[in-house]
Amino acid sequence: MTAAPPVTKAPVIKARGVGRVLPGPVPVTLLDGIDLSIGEGEFVAITGPSGSGKSSLLYLLGLLDRPTSGSILLDGRDTARADAAELAGLRLVKLGFVFQFHFLLPEFTVLGNVMIPMRKLGGGSDAELRRRAEGLLEDLGLGDQMTKLPTQLSGGQRQRVAIARALANRPRVILADEPTGNLDTKSAQTVFDIFARLARETGTTVITVTHDEGLAAQTNRRVQLVDGRLVTHKS
Amino acid sequence: MARPLLLDLALTHILGRKRQTIVSVLGVALGVGFFIAMAALMQGFQGYFIETVINASPHITVRDQFREPAVQPVAMAFEGGAVLLHGLKPREEVRGIRKAGTMVSDLSDWPGLSVAPSLDGPVILRYGSTDRSVVAIGIDPEREVHVTQLEDDMIQGSLTDLSSTATGIVMGLGLANKLGAKLGDSLNAISPAGVILRVKIVGLFRTGVSSLDEGQAYILLKKAQILQSRANVINQLRIRLTEVDAAREVAARIEALYGYRSESWQEANEGVFGVFKIQNSIMYSTVGAIMVVAAFGIYNIISTVVYEKSRDIAILKSIGLTERDIRRTFLMQGLMIGMIGAVLGWMIGLGLTALLSTIRFDVGNAVRNDRFFLAWSLTHYWIGALFSLSASVVAAWIPARRAAGANPVDIIRGAA
Ligand SMILES: Nc1ncnc2c1ncn2[C@@H]1O[C@H](COP(=O)(O)OP(=O)(O)OP(=O)(O)O)[C@@H](O)[C@H]1O
Ligand SMILES: [Mg+2]
Repeated sequence: MTAAPPVTKAPVIKARGVGRVLPGPVPVTLLDGIDLSIGEGEFVAITGPSGSGKSSLLYLLGLLDRPTSGSILLDGRDTARADAAELAGLRLVKLGFVFQFHFLLPEFTVLGNVMIPMRKLGGGSDAELRRRAEGLLEDLGLGDQMTKLPTQLSGGQRQRVAIARALANRPRVILADEPTGNLDTKSAQTVFDIFARLARETGTTVITVTHDEGLAAQTNRRVQLVDGRLVTHKS
Repeated sequence: MARPLLLDLALTHILGRKRQTIVSVLGVALGVGFFIAMAALMQGFQGYFIETVINASPHITVRDQFREPAVQPVAMAFEGGAVLLHGLKPREEVRGIRKAGTMVSDLSDWPGLSVAPSLDGPVILRYGSTDRSVVAIGIDPEREVHVTQLEDDMIQGSLTDLSSTATGIVMGLGLANKLGAKLGDSLNAISPAGVILRVKIVGLFRTGVSSLDEGQAYILLKKAQILQSRANVINQLRIRLTEVDAAREVAARIEALYGYRSESWQEANEGVFGVFKIQNSIMYSTVGAIMVVAAFGIYNIISTVVYEKSRDIAILKSIGLTERDIRRTFLMQGLMIGMIGAVLGWMIGLGLTALLSTIRFDVGNAVRNDRFFLAWSLTHYWIGALFSLSASVVAAWIPARRAAGANPVDIIRGAA
């Protein structure tokens, strides 16, 4: 290693020959031979027709599901052998999910929802965690909604709370499954602006599934799936 | 906010179903409360009964009997062989405890033990035209007072009056009433041996045990021996211990040493203790049944919450809560219901026991007591709490496991 090669960022998340087959009398192949490497601070859109396996891939990359072949590497670590508790720990520390439906806990306030991952992880006094959660919410333009319950917010606001919750423990990767599916154009644009800023300013990797061509075009990279296989892989 | 996350989650879950939670808590509380009241009642009654038995009769009775039939000389000659005897006529022996005098003085030296010799036998008491067949017990009053607490049960006169009035008799008030006699009256005692003795009532007692109050009378040992025509014979040693619970072992030692049948108060009342055991198992099964019903309530509420909150569970898992965290969240809910139910049950139990203690009932004058005997014991409260906590944990365990094992992907797909 004498002459330093051009610095390529180490992949944060990597799929190596990943396949997912649903067992049963007639096994269903959801995904097949997926090779994918995504670096730090990349903003990636996963697109493809309905039923092509986009959600399935996202669950695998997010360690919510296990591949039936191949393996997922997170920060260079192979997760194939990790047990359920270890995977939960990795999700807590390194990953953040945003789904189409916001999935906020209805009994907790906006602030309470954002603090759930922080309280599980610990690493600070209650007051410190609260200040951090408040900072996140202010950053996402929710500074005046913090004591409200999720039912008192608009759809766009709820989705931003969900993003704040996904960011609570400063994850390496945000995984979003059609986060704008239920939003109007303006709110959808706000969400994508947030993602772009996150990737650019904090180096957080953002992987989002979307059906919207216009939004997908705003990312750095597009990954297209057809029938459970990757089609294009352009940057 | 300083509450741990899982406790916070558990609280929101059960507070979201207030009415169902209250019903479950009440179910547990009733079970615990009834158990406490029933236990107080039963143990109170059993304790009273045992105390009465212990106080009214000797702790150990040594009789002129053997547990095994006498070994025939021919069997001794062919030890280990099979012996068949026809037309055996056992020798008629003078019954009674041999060398009772030395036995009494030997046993008196044992620590914590008082012994009194006696001779009992049937007599008919005749007063006017009334006859009562009773057991007349000949005693040594100086020794007897150390052996039974009959002296405490005397309502008129005293056992020691037997010593000063040689022809005195002490009997139960019940017997005196049946005969129509009272203190100072003279009556005739007629024995199966045909001896008639004129005796005078010098004392009356009431133990509360009607078989004693109506069926026994005390006279001097010497007079009993005359009455039964059994000079110098003693057929019973009555023993009292300072350590009441040691009666079984001491009785066994005496029997091993002297061969005579020695019966502890426990053995004498075995039948009653059997009834107590049945009573207790009825109580525990009743409480167990209430607890099973309460446990179903808890199972029901937690299952409902698990079903209703399946999305929340999925999102919590995606956030990074482990299966253990989820399981704990729901187990905690069961425990909370169990704990609140137990505390409330303590209060119900306390209230019920207090209520029972105020009840008076109208009974004939044969028994001294007109109220429930209640035993207040902290142990009942702990057992009640243990009952409720284990029922609630078991009931919560099944849905908690289901929640922990649920696959978040399935739920999130289903919800999308
Ligand atoms: N549990 C299951 N049983 C049977 N088939 C399933 C199951 N889960 C997923 N599939 C099938 O797997 C394929 C991929 O599903 P997936 O949800 O990943 O697609 P998608 O690209 O996210 O689609 P959409 O754009 O509609 O969300 C689909 O054909 C779906 O019907
Ligand atoms: Mg999908």
